[in-house]
Amino acid sequence: MRISLKIWRQDGPADDGRMVDYRLEEVSEDSSFLEMLDLLNEQLIDKGEEPVAFDSDCREGICGMCGVVINGEAHGPERTTTCQLHMRSFDDGDEIIIEPWRADPFPVIKDLCVDRSSFDRIIQSGGFISANTGSAPDAHATPVPKEDADRAFMAAECIGCGACVAACPNASAMLFMGSKVTHLGELPQGQPEREARVLQMTAQHDLEGFGGCTNLGECSRACPKGIPLNVISQLNADYRRAGYGGRD
Amino acid sequence: MATSTAPAPAARKGPPTILLKTVVAVTGVFFVLFVLVHMYGNLQILIGTEAFDEYAHHLRTFGEPMLPEKSFLWVARILLLVSVVAHVWASMSLWRRAGQARRTRYAGKKKVSYGRFYAKAMRWGGLALLAFVVFHILHFTTQTITVDGAYPSPAERVISSFEVWWAVLLYTVAMVFLGMHLLHGIWGAAMTVGLNTSLKRAEQIRFVSIALSTIIVVGFLIPPFAIFFGFIE
Repeated sequence: MRISLKIWRQDGPADDGRMVDYRLEEVSEDSSFLEMLDLLNEQLIDKGEEPVAFDSDCREGICGMCGVVINGEAHGPERTTTCQLHMRSFDDGDEIIIEPWRADPFPVIKDLCVDRSSFDRIIQSGGFISANTGSAPDAHATPVPKEDADRAFMAAECIGCGACVAACPNASAMLFMGSKVTHLGELPQGQPEREARVLQMTAQHDLEGFGGCTNLGECSRACPKGIPLNVISQLNADYRRAGYGGRD
Repeated sequence: MATSTAPAPAARKGPPTILLKTVVAVTGVFFVLFVLVHMYGNLQILIGTEAFDEYAHHLRTFGEPMLPEKSFLWVARILLLVSVVAHVWASMSLWRRAGQARRTRYAGKKKVSYGRFYAKAMRWGGLALLAFVVFHILHFTTQTITVDGAYPSPAERVISSFEVWWAVLLYTVAMVFLGMHLLHGIWGAAMTVGLNTSLKRAEQIRFVSIALSTIIVVGFLIPPFAIFFGFIE
């Protein structure tokens, strides 16, 4: 198939950036989206041009490294990661607009690569449990009700790709935070730090400059793991129980 | 509360985002309760103009002789005014934060947007409602604006106004805006206070937001249309 591309090119963090048009012939519809970009880059290198920088790692939809906005949709038209998107989801002759995640807390490093260290800092502020190292406890030492375990597992599916922020009209990271808060808060091991976690993570979230959730559901729709919007309500519920940050 | 060893992050200037959202949600719940009572008062006109005038008078003498005249009314008015200021201020702060969070916009446009039109109209729709509330107060409370002459009786003011087509149209449009705002507002408020914690809860909240918005819009529109089509004179 033949496609025309409009790709965001930006030489570095300080560059203003611009959209650049490319044309690709003979793209197999069985190739993945990232293979299509690889093909483009091979041609650019042959011509002596700078290849398009984009992130990818596992290319099997589990690491959360890849992610671009395709025709205005985070990870493109299918509910999956960019690496698991295939060219058969597009038609011959289509114009495809490719942009990086757009959020001020995700500054562009180059072309389609963004710096998501803000997510790391949110996790460092409270997205963990403290456990003694040494011999691992028996798996059945602390029983967990099945429903709680299921909900924790559902939330734990978050791969931190940042599609929720990219899709949110407010560039809010509350689906990401809600996933972590729900994941750890549903389990006994997450209880001792539960209040501190939500307060510190939300404070870091605000400090990074993410916006506030307006409950539209764009994030959940864009999430390659289909994490439901109710984790955000869980985040709000935990925040309320922690006294809105006003308690010492 | 358990303390972690991680250093506390320096706080962003201004109130926490979730606190601002909660201010919007709680004041919003207060407005929902207010419009329900307001709607009940309006529907008195179906019983008769005397019942309506009596209800209006009772609002002024509510709590007498324990409370002085109009004291209840003024407490309610002040509470509402404070809530409106808080609701608008918190929403505007969040709006500004959202704008700062994405200063470069996308060139590509989504083909299908998951967010509903009424949900995306919250901000400018809310400002339109605010403009309507100002007009409404100038019209019926201070009587600075008269639609079809001035009358001493509240019921006569209502009936004379809604015999005029453009007043009916204006109030109908305003009620459609109110319905849209409530449809997403009730859902959002429930989300923000942390009620939506399962898929079943989400369905229940959806149901309540649809039911309440419909009841309020229909309840408010019955009197103007009944007057316009001559069922009440």
